Amino acid sequence: MTVGLHSYLIIAGLLFATGFFGILLRRNTLILYMSLELMLNATNIALVAFSRYNGTMDGNIFVFFTITVAAAEVAVGLAIIVALYRRRQSILIQKMTTLQG
Amino acid sequence: MDFLFYLFATLTVGSALFLVLSRNTVNSAMFLILSFIGTAGLFVLLSAFLLAVLQVLVYAGAVVVLFLFIIMLLDVEANKQRRFNPYILAASLVAFGLLTTAALQLFVFNNGLAIQEAPEITQLPPPETPLAYSTAPKSFGYSLFTKYMLPFQLTGLLLLVAMIGVILISKKYNPETPRHADTLETNN
Repeated sequence: MTVGLHSYLIIAGLLFATGFFGILLRRNTLILYMSLELMLNATNIALVAFSRYNGTMDGNIFVFFTITVAAAEVAVGLAIIVALYRRRQSILIQKMTTLQG
Repeated sequence: MDFLFYLFATLTVGSALFLVLSRNTVNSAMFLILSFIGTAGLFVLLSAFLLAVLQVLVYAGAVVVLFLFIIMLLDVEANKQRRFNPYILAASLVAFGLLTTAALQLFVFNNGLAIQEAPEITQLPPPETPLAYSTAPKSFGYSLFTKYMLPFQLTGLLLLVAMIGVILISKKYNPETPRHADTLETNN
């Protein structure tokens, strides 16, 4: 089978689905966070594939910004997880019920 | 080229699945590295060489090291629950199946989809169309300093804000200091 734009989109979709699966299934906050990174990565693959097959640089620049924002987001999110752990001595999501979510 | 695509695609999605299903958090972080490396390989196949390098440096380097550092710092207890809650497992599997079907639908059920050929690209952008796709980092620089100048500056501001936020969040927590909500209550 020829590898084309659709192949990359399928991989992006499968990776997104896997990340979503992890978000729903797991209760460890760190693994939830890793699944979130997977979903971000899936969108990156789709953006680069579209950029390549359209012959413009815009998708690549967008991924560049996404990587920057993701790095900042990881730093803030992990700081929040550490702060939560200090208060509750646990990072399991079912223990964080203060907001009655 | 096709073989490489299948290799990196399997690496990316397979290690993502292992990440989700692994019981040990450190193993999950290792599978995260593998998944990121697979993604970098896909970027190379798409001729986005700078992004592939950035992916390995920023994600597989900085982000995963940060994850491992936090795992070490928190000394996360081993997963005591041997199996997943069956209702949650069923619901997640249904959602996973629906999303997977949606992704495969692009390929399997859609016969009318034409397979698009990737356009020819050059190493340096042609002078008449400087924003066209090219492999050299110069094209990144050109786009960042012309069309995307404002987002570029805003990203710098965002990094500053994130840094200050992290410092504020991770300051030493002292239960003695009156918190804002408590002072409000005593005033009433």
